[in-house]
Formats: sequence, structure tokens, C-alpha cells
Amino acid sequence: MNVNVGFLIISIFKIGAVLAYLYGLLWVLGHAAKWVKIVGILAAFGLVQFALWFQVGDFRLLNDFDSGLLFQACAMTMVALGLNLIYGFNGQFSLGQWGFYGIGAYTAADITYRWTNRDARGLLVAGIGVILAGLVIWGVNILLRRYRGMPVLSAFTLYLIGVLAAGTVAVWVGNALNPLLVPLFGTSEAPGVLSSGAVLQVVFLLAILIAGAFAAEVSFLFGLPVLTLGSDYFGIATLGFTIVVNTLMVNSDTILPFPEMKGGRGMIGIPKLTTWFWAFLFLLLVIVIMRNLIYSSTGRALLSVREDETAAKAMGIDVAAYKLLAFVMGSFFAGIGGAVYAHYIGFLSPGAFSFLQGFNPLIIVVFGGLGSMTGTIAASFGWIFFLEGLLRVLLSQLGTEAPTWRFVLYPITLLLLMLLRPQGLLGSVEWGFLRAPRMQARVSEPPTPASATAPAVK
Amino acid sequence: MQAAITARKPATSAARPGARLAWIGQGFLLFLALLALYILGRNFVRNPVLFGQIVISGLQLGFVYALIALGYTMVYGIVKLINFAHGDVFMVGAFVSYYAVARFRLHQWPALVAPDLPSSLVVVIGSLTVILLSMIVCTALAVTIERVAYKPLRDAPRIAALITAIGVSFFLEFFGALHFVFSPRFIPYERPFEVATWYIKDGVHLVQRGEAAPENSLTISNILLIIMAASLLMQLLLQFLVRRTKIGKAMRAAAFDKPTARLMGINVDRVISFTFAVGASFAGLGGVLYAIAYPSIWTQLGVLPGLKAFVAAVLGGIGSIPGALVGALIMGQAEALTAGYVSTPMRDAVAFTILIIVLLVRPTGIFGEPEKEKA
Repeated sequence: MNVNVGFLIISIFKIGAVLAYLYGLLWVLGHAAKWVKIVGILAAFGLVQFALWFQVGDFRLLNDFDSGLLFQACAMTMVALGLNLIYGFNGQFSLGQWGFYGIGAYTAADITYRWTNRDARGLLVAGIGVILAGLVIWGVNILLRRYRGMPVLSAFTLYLIGVLAAGTVAVWVGNALNPLLVPLFGTSEAPGVLSSGAVLQVVFLLAILIAGAFAAEVSFLFGLPVLTLGSDYFGIATLGFTIVVNTLMVNSDTILPFPEMKGGRGMIGIPKLTTWFWAFLFLLLVIVIMRNLIYSSTGRALLSVREDETAAKAMGIDVAAYKLLAFVMGSFFAGIGGAVYAHYIGFLSPGAFSFLQGFNPLIIVVFGGLGSMTGTIAASFGWIFFLEGLLRVLLSQLGTEAPTWRFVLYPITLLLLMLLRPQGLLGSVEWGFLRAPRMQARVSEPPTPASATAPAVK
Repeated sequence: MQAAITARKPATSAARPGARLAWIGQGFLLFLALLALYILGRNFVRNPVLFGQIVISGLQLGFVYALIALGYTMVYGIVKLINFAHGDVFMVGAFVSYYAVARFRLHQWPALVAPDLPSSLVVVIGSLTVILLSMIVCTALAVTIERVAYKPLRDAPRIAALITAIGVSFFLEFFGALHFVFSPRFIPYERPFEVATWYIKDGVHLVQRGEAAPENSLTISNILLIIMAASLLMQLLLQFLVRRTKIGKAMRAAAFDKPTARLMGINVDRVISFTFAVGASFAGLGGVLYAIAYPSIWTQLGVLPGLKAFVAAVLGGIGSIPGALVGALIMGQAEALTAGYVSTPMRDAVAFTILIIVLLVRPTGIFGEPEKEKA
């Protein structure tokens, strides 16, 4: 066995650098001055971009493989943060995150795939459908407020009928509008306005938003009845959801009417529209949204639901609504993560969305510590670099069985960590930007000169 | 305790106007039920023999699931842990019997010891030996797993034990996939005894070797009968064990309240180990029978049957032994009928949809007792 020591050192150095970079980023974001934040983010990003670009002879600081790892880590962090919102902060043991990830990936991929093949129906139908379904859900919600105490199954039926009607209308309208747009694509000799690269980027951004919203709406419909189940039963039901979604992916060309998804053979030809940069920006967005949500009154309500449902109810918190909120938000993040992932890899196979892979976000969240955003981010970067990077590269020198060995060593690490530190790597500690902001002194308190003049937020 | 000082007033319909709208949800469920009935009824009328054949294959699946579900339901009943590694113990059972039969010809040992034994007796004794060996190996494996991985985590948060269970499951699957352990490939399984098939058409006839059963006839194999007999026997055995023996009493006590059981002088750790052992021995038996019925094995063989067996246990009401059987039979039928009449790949989807609907209507499963969540 001939392990390249220099290679090992460089790999470890790279991992250390990425972790330091993450820590620095969080620390910079915690600074009050806006310009420090902006400069810090730009500097952190520029550092990595420089490392990607840097090349002396044959030596490159970060090669394509490393940038792929960075990308995967960003996408995985979005999914894991969503799960941490559901499970870590709201206490709902969900195994369905991977299903929403897959839904997001396939939805976005279908939209851009059709667009590059001069077919606007993907964008039109999905976009109109998502907007209409959102409106319907909003409207039904207002309607249902008059009927308190309605059994959840009845509410679910009403929502389902409404969303199905919205979907039908969307398909009809989208198909009717499509012929108007087709001439604008032009032909392959003379590409039209809509075929340009800039428009494709806009479509890509829209596709990501639509994919996230679609995942969120599906999670709303699914979560509404299922969130009434107890903890373990909810876990099994969401596991079932992941399996059902995976089954539908495998049969997307036979049961579902999407021949371009090619079922179990995997969807190919998805335009690779994204880079490490976009994943990084979306991750940043997700982190900021999460952090602001957690430290708002909504976030405190979510936490109270996790701690004690009965007490939360007694304090006037609508437990069911907050559970649903966390579930929908988490699924939204997962959908965005999946959409970004699809446009980096350019190939989607149902095997990547099987429920066995679905344990990965859960393992990351528990690894990092339930209810710790910092822990989740660190754990998912570490997980990707450990499992996909270091182990794959090192073990590839063992021969053809390397992938199997990877999955032999990984559960052992998992077992050791669980035996030695069952509360996860960080417990519920937060660093830098993700730490709870200090609250401003309330008016009702007797104002003291010190608290009145001190800077409010760290 | 001051909980009962103010009795809750029954909610009036004026305060809860939505309660009158329960018929919408019930109508939705009725619609689904009628749809399923329509599909089944139409196909039954069209070809009753095919329908019967599908039900028979569903029975075969269901009884195997029942064997695995027993292990899940017992373990969950006592330690409240979804033992994901149980499905992989099932897989190990299948592999042990494969090696015993194909490599070591263990099923023929009576013929070597006593050459003048009738061949039917040789087959019976040999097959029983193979099954027993699988059960013993699985029991040892499960007890080892419990000691090494689960016992140190008994006081840790439940999620830690769950993650550990997932880790053990992955370990067994991928360690087994190494070349020097089992194999990463599908392996054709060699049965310890021959499959005999009978067809029912104007009486019961044996299907001769090399011939096919005639058109429009129900066929029944000896494997189906063995699986049914073994599964029912184990159900009765377990019922006897839990209801009539001292260790069964200890198991029930530990499931009800662990600290109090400990105070009463019950060695709870031993009881938990015993529970794992019994469940694993059933899984070993189930693994051999499953491999005989569907003779192609690989290291992820146990994942989906294990999951479906757990779903069956939840469906029947977790912690309940007859519930495991009923839930498993429902799962088997749902899977077979969906594969037969809707589409083969949709069978998992339908099984989980049924689970979700049943849980919504009866949150503790069919036989489950309504229990309050402990604080």
C-alpha cells in the first residue's frame, strides 16, 4: 500500500483552510458595521476564488475536484440547515428532507432542460402552478379560519382539491401560452431572443425559486395531516414520503408524464448553469434567513414547541401552525439546495435520492449538534470533505473496493462519535454571526444611562 | 396531582363550527376506499384465478414480513428504538444459510452420518439444521450489536441510539459487500430442498418437473406452506413466551415501566438482550425462508423488507404481537395487489400511503392501545 504522504498533507491543509475560512466568514458576519460584512464576504470569497485560480506549473492549490467538493458542501449545508430547522429547532423528527431535495432538483432541472430545448412549457406550467397553488392555499386558509375545530383530514381534502384545481388550470394556461413564446426561441441557425445565455440565467434563477416554492407547497400539503402524528410515527411517515418520491422518480417516464426525466436511467442533458459562487450565495442567503428567523419571536415560538408542546399551547402559541411553518421553511431550503445541485452536476439519477442517502442530512444535523446552525454548517462541510474527499482519494489507492471501504469506515466513525459524544460535535453552541444577538433594552425597564447609550447589537 | 380539578367542558358545536365539516375528510377516505374496491372488484370479476394467485403471493410476502415485524415490535415496545439493523440481521440470516448450503453442504449431513436414512427425512433434518444455524448466528449477532452499540447509549438521547442503529445497518451492509466477506453482487441462492408446486384444478395435482401448470389454475408451492406454518408457529410461540413464562412477564414489565421493573428486581438489561435475541432468531428464520422463496440474495437484501416489516408493525399497533401479523398481512396484500393491478414499482408507494392513512385515522395503529406520550 503506497499512500502519498505529500498528498495527505495537502489534503489536510486544504480542509483546515476551508474550515478556517468558514469560521472567519461567520466571525466577519457577526460584525456590526455593514461595510465590514461586505468586505469580509468579498474577501472570503475572493480568497477561495484565488485558490481555485492559482496555478504554478502543474501544481494547483484547489483543483476542479476540490471546487466540486466545496459546491457539494454548500448544497448539502442548505439541506441540512433546513432539517435542523425542522428537527433541531422545532423537534419534528423528519426523514423526508431528502424527498424535498429530490423534488427541488427534478423540478428545476425539468424547467431549464425544457427551456434549452426550446420549450417554455416547463417554466410556464410550473411557475403558474406554483403561484396559483400558493394563492389557493392562502385563500383556503382564510376561508378555514371561520371553521375552527375542523378535523385535519377535512382541511387537507379542501386544500388538496384546491391545489389540484390550481394545477389543472396551470397546465391548461401554460399549454395555451406556450405557442406564443416558441417563435422567440428561433432556430438552431438563428437563435432568437429567448435562447441567449443571459435569459437562460434568469430562467435558472426563476427555476430555483419555483423549485423551492414547489417543494414548500408539497411539504405544506403533506405536512398538514402528517404533522399531527407523534414523533416516531411522523418519522416513519416522512421516510415513506422519501420512498414514494423516489419511486415516482424511477417511474417518471411511465407513471408520470415526463419522458425527458428518463425514469430510472437518470436525467441527462441538464444545462450546467451554476458555479461554486451561486451555491455559496444561496447558502449565505439561507444562513441569514435562518439566523434572523431563529432569533425572532417566531423563532422563540418554534423553540417553545420543541421544548414542551403543552406549555407552548398554554402560552397561546398555535402549535400546529408553527410546526407547519418550520416544516415548510425547511423543505423550501431543501428544494433550493436540490435545484442548485441539479444545475452543477448536470445529471440526476434516482439512485442519488434513495432513502438510504436520505439519512445523510439527519446524520449531519445530529453530528453537528441539534439546534446549532454553526454545528450543522461545520458538520456538513466536514462530512463532505471527509467522506467524499479524503476517504475517497485515500482509499482509491486500495483498489476497486474503495467505495465500499468508505462506507465501512464511515459508520464506524459514526458509532464512535455517538458513543463518545451523543449530543453532537457542538451541542447547541453557536459562533460569531450565528450567536444570539443581544437584545435592546426594553422601554418598560427603568432606563439607565448605560443601557440607553450602549450600542444595541453586537 | 391537581390535573383533575377542572374537568374539561365538552366543546359545543357553536364554539367549533368546523367540527360539523368532518364529513369532508370522511368522504375523501370513502372515495379512496371505493376507488380501491372498484379496481379490485373489476379485476376479480375479470379473472378470479389470477386474483387468487396474486392474493397467494401476497400471503407469502405477508407471512415473511410478520416474522421480521415481530423483532421490530418487541424491541420498539421495550426500548423505543427503531432498530434499523434488524433488516440487516435478516440479510445475514439469508447469507449464513447460503454458505451453509452452497459451500458446506450442511443440509446433507444426515445422509453422510446415516446413509440408509430415507431421503425425505434427510431433507427435513438437513433443512432444519440450516435454519437453526442461521437463527443461532443471527441471535449471536444481534446480542453482540446490542452489547456493543446500543447498551452504552441507553441513557443518551433517543436520537443517538437511532443514529447508531442506522450506522450499524450501514456497517453490516457495506462490510458484507466486501469481497472477502460476502460479495457486492447478487448471488443465486441454492435451496436446501426442492420446490414442489401443486395446482388446483379439479382437485389438487403435483406439477411435474419440467412441466408448467395448466392455464387458469391456482398454484401453491410448498414454500408458501412452510412460510405460513413457520410464521404462525412463531407467533404462537411468542405469545406463549410473553404471556405464560417468567421472562415474558419481565419483558412486559420492562416495556411498561423500566425504572419500576428494575426496582422490582428485574434485570432489565438481560431482558432487553433477550428481546433482541428472540427478535433476531425470528429474523434469521425469516431470512432463510425469504431467500428460499425469492432465490437471489445480496447485501442490501434486508433494507426494504425490514422497512416494510417495521411499517407493518406500526400499522398493526407497535408493541402488539397479533398486530404485527395483521399489519404484515395487510402490507403483503397491498404490495401484491398493487404490483398485480396498478404497477409493479408503485407497490412501495401504496404501502406507505396505506400506512399514512391508517395512522391518521387510528394514530396508534390497528391493535395499538391509545397511550399518552411520557413527558
